[in-house]
Amino acid sequence: MAGLAAAFGSGAMTNTIGDIEDADVILITGSNTSENHPVLSAFVKRAVRFGKKELIVVDPRRIKLAGFAGKWLRQNLGTDVAWINGMMHVIIKESLYDRHFVETRTTGFEDLKKNVERYTPEYVEAITGIPAGDLVEAARLYAGAKAASILYCMGITQHTTGTDGVKSLANLAMLCGNLGIRGGGVNPLRGQNNVQGACDMGGLPNVFSGYQKVGDPAVTKKMETAWGMTGLPVKPGLTVTEMVPMAHDGRMKSLYIIGENPLVSDPDLNHAEKSFSHLDFLVVQDIFLTETAKMADVVLPSACFAEKDGTFSNTERRVQRVRKAVSPPGQARPDWEIICDISKRMGYSMSYHCAEDIMEEIAKVTPSYGGITYARIEQEGIHWPCPTREHPGTPVLHEKSFTHGKGVFHAVEYRPPAEVVDEEYPLYLTTGRVIYHYHTGTMTRKTEGLNDRSPECFVEISDTDAGKFDIRDHEVVRIASRRGEISARALISGKAVAGSVFIPFHFAEAAANRLTNAALDPISKIPEYKVCAIRLVKEEV
Amino acid sequence: MTSLTHGNGILIFIPDEWENVLNTQNKITINGRICFFEPGDTILIAARRNNVDIPTLCYLKGAIPTGACRICVVKVQGARSLVASCSTPAASEMVVETESPEVVASRKMTIQLLLSNGNHNCAARLSDGRDWTDFQLRVQQDDGNGALCPAWGDCQLQNLAYRYQVTGDRFAGDEKNFPVEDVNPFIVRDFSRCILCGRCVQACNEIQVNEAIDFGYRGAKTKIVAAGDRALKDSDCVFCGECVQVCPVAALMEKDTRFTCRPWETTGIKTTCSYCGVGCQMFLHVKDNRVVRVTGVEDCPPNFGSLCVKGRFGFHFIHSVERLTTPLIRTESGHFRETSWDEALDLVAQRLTKIIKEYGSDSIGVLTSARITNEENYIANKFARAVLKTNNIDHCARL
Repeated sequence: MAGLAAAFGSGAMTNTIGDIEDADVILITGSNTSENHPVLSAFVKRAVRFGKKELIVVDPRRIKLAGFAGKWLRQNLGTDVAWINGMMHVIIKESLYDRHFVETRTTGFEDLKKNVERYTPEYVEAITGIPAGDLVEAARLYAGAKAASILYCMGITQHTTGTDGVKSLANLAMLCGNLGIRGGGVNPLRGQNNVQGACDMGGLPNVFSGYQKVGDPAVTKKMETAWGMTGLPVKPGLTVTEMVPMAHDGRMKSLYIIGENPLVSDPDLNHAEKSFSHLDFLVVQDIFLTETAKMADVVLPSACFAEKDGTFSNTERRVQRVRKAVSPPGQARPDWEIICDISKRMGYSMSYHCAEDIMEEIAKVTPSYGGITYARIEQEGIHWPCPTREHPGTPVLHEKSFTHGKGVFHAVEYRPPAEVVDEEYPLYLTTGRVIYHYHTGTMTRKTEGLNDRSPECFVEISDTDAGKFDIRDHEVVRIASRRGEISARALISGKAVAGSVFIPFHFAEAAANRLTNAALDPISKIPEYKVCAIRLVKEEV
Repeated sequence: MTSLTHGNGILIFIPDEWENVLNTQNKITINGRICFFEPGDTILIAARRNNVDIPTLCYLKGAIPTGACRICVVKVQGARSLVASCSTPAASEMVVETESPEVVASRKMTIQLLLSNGNHNCAARLSDGRDWTDFQLRVQQDDGNGALCPAWGDCQLQNLAYRYQVTGDRFAGDEKNFPVEDVNPFIVRDFSRCILCGRCVQACNEIQVNEAIDFGYRGAKTKIVAAGDRALKDSDCVFCGECVQVCPVAALMEKDTRFTCRPWETTGIKTTCSYCGVGCQMFLHVKDNRVVRVTGVEDCPPNFGSLCVKGRFGFHFIHSVERLTTPLIRTESGHFRETSWDEALDLVAQRLTKIIKEYGSDSIGVLTSARITNEENYIANKFARAVLKTNNIDHCARL
């Protein structure tokens, strides 16, 4: 999100899901949409099949949507900045960009122009493997659209150059005037039900709810008044990817973890496990005894989404109701009640009658949620920003101006991924999800039917690599990186392209993150899950 | 002064001077009532807009109308025959009757033909147990259940048979001898009960665009097939279940709830899906304090009734026996022991207070969650900042 915030002033999907069908051209990159956001992918597929819209897919795997795309460009792993710069090179050279938009709504164009000058289609082909002719055609297609939508996901962000990749996509969209219009936009697809809400509500080290900056004296004063206390810390805190190494050094003494399973989802798990064991006191509040909860000193049982009231904010910034349908098992309780009780015991009283009371307080202290009430979202959710009770919500962002006035072009240079293949580790590994499972599998793996469809970890490899490394379909192989190794069944698939393999990260017993690289993007602190170097070894019989 | 009923059925009196304005609008007469319609409306949509109920079987919102089932026929003044309202555009000054004797006779005939074709052993009159054919009894045995059709009481064909008082014995039964397919974890397909309305085919191809099923074979042998008449599990099907949600009869049913729970025994609670960030609106169907079934909320953004396999079928974690039910504390021997909330919360508060005193607030970190509610995230943010006095709060958006 840091990339979008730098370009536009706020980091969220600029347009709505329904808007996708209004685009003339849809560019999808780093999102295996039909497996990770199946219902959203239907909007894309309908636009292609029935709206006769053009689809460009740029992805290292031959994902299902590649079959719907008029153009599938296959980039080498970790080379996104290069192909996006290449597209802009073509668009500027052929004067296909939106001059009016660039002149009136943006700054930094000259630097961008100079920067992309050397990203000729031929130069880009050498880095990305995308044939120069294909890149030119894709650039013309995107630039020629009245409205073009960009959809992306973790395939762009989970790199050491993730922020750069996002800034580049923002550059491309601004260059062609695709912001503030229906069917346009730069649209990050959020992978978990309430990632958007967790960010919106101040679940980040540098901002309070509504992205109000930590350390800003006016904000500090406002929150201290609203919360009836003094002494709010003014120094931005640490990200999860910084806290874990500090635990390893003994500088982080305690973690309080709610509904997360970092001991499957963190990169370089072997290191993460050691870090957690160095903690003085670990509290885990969850619905299951996850791999992380098993290491805790205290485990607190919480209610799941079906057992409590509240709201989630979806990927298109729509605040929607969550309603209690059944009672929690045993003594399990909603997360907010547990935290309020601890707070009270620590000398600060937080007392709310129900979730709706909390939303009232949120609306008071959070400008973008100012107009959200349960009554208003009873039937249908509202898109933030929604500053007042009369405001209808904002489906499309940046219509007249950007959050910080003008949109900012960032001249971004291509940098290779942190780890590249060599003789010892000759294959690239990328990780992700399958349609039948979700994240670390703690929820989906409780449904027999989903396990029946997708029972175990696998490594997806191309025919060519299978031949090269003498691996048969369904054979168990060992996959090793510099950080660890796991075993999984080989799945020879047309989705894989020679030179790179794919492993889903749902399966704790063969956790892909034992292999992945914890190298971080310097700004967003997102680990490079999507590229590391590995080798395949036949399992001894 | 003119009067007309509009929209919600309220009688509106129109001053004379407005009449010229109204005359220029799109007006259609349905059952003697002047109704307004929007350009592009079919007769069916115009009728629904004006709260006139025209029954349908094959009509599927969001898909291209096929006019296949002929249930929605209406009489249009001046037309040579009855027209399918789902696929006929509404036109200004059109005069439509939706329940005229010809219309009713046509619908009865259509329903009788549908009932005579295949296994419809429900309580439509004269097709009760005494009249069951050997075939019907045999099919029931295959199902492992001697009772009525699993969709009994929740079947649009049965509803129509009741509504139009149609019996099932007018035409000689035509056996449809298809074995039940249940070799996948989620969906039971029973084509002996299929009426070939084509809604599942449209849902799969035009709504979800998974392109897994289509009409197969020809004429009397017509059947819905996947991948050259293979089992769903061996096709491109990804088990979104959209076909089950739109099936008007018992040809497609959720395996979990077939013969185990009836729709009127459950209460539907509208909520937001807990998986990916799309935020699909869904009903959790609850029976005896348990979620037994999930369906998509139609006519509501962002998903308009669609769900994916996880949202529709992946709800078993809610009632998993592995759920945590009591607070746990690690003992000196390294094992967990169950404890009370009071003891657990006291311990957490004491330890955190002590750590702050000894090492400072920034030696503590809070990981809040992308899966809990906004309200809970807000409380976690307040707890970290106002109580622990640290900004070390993050969640796994990065992971």
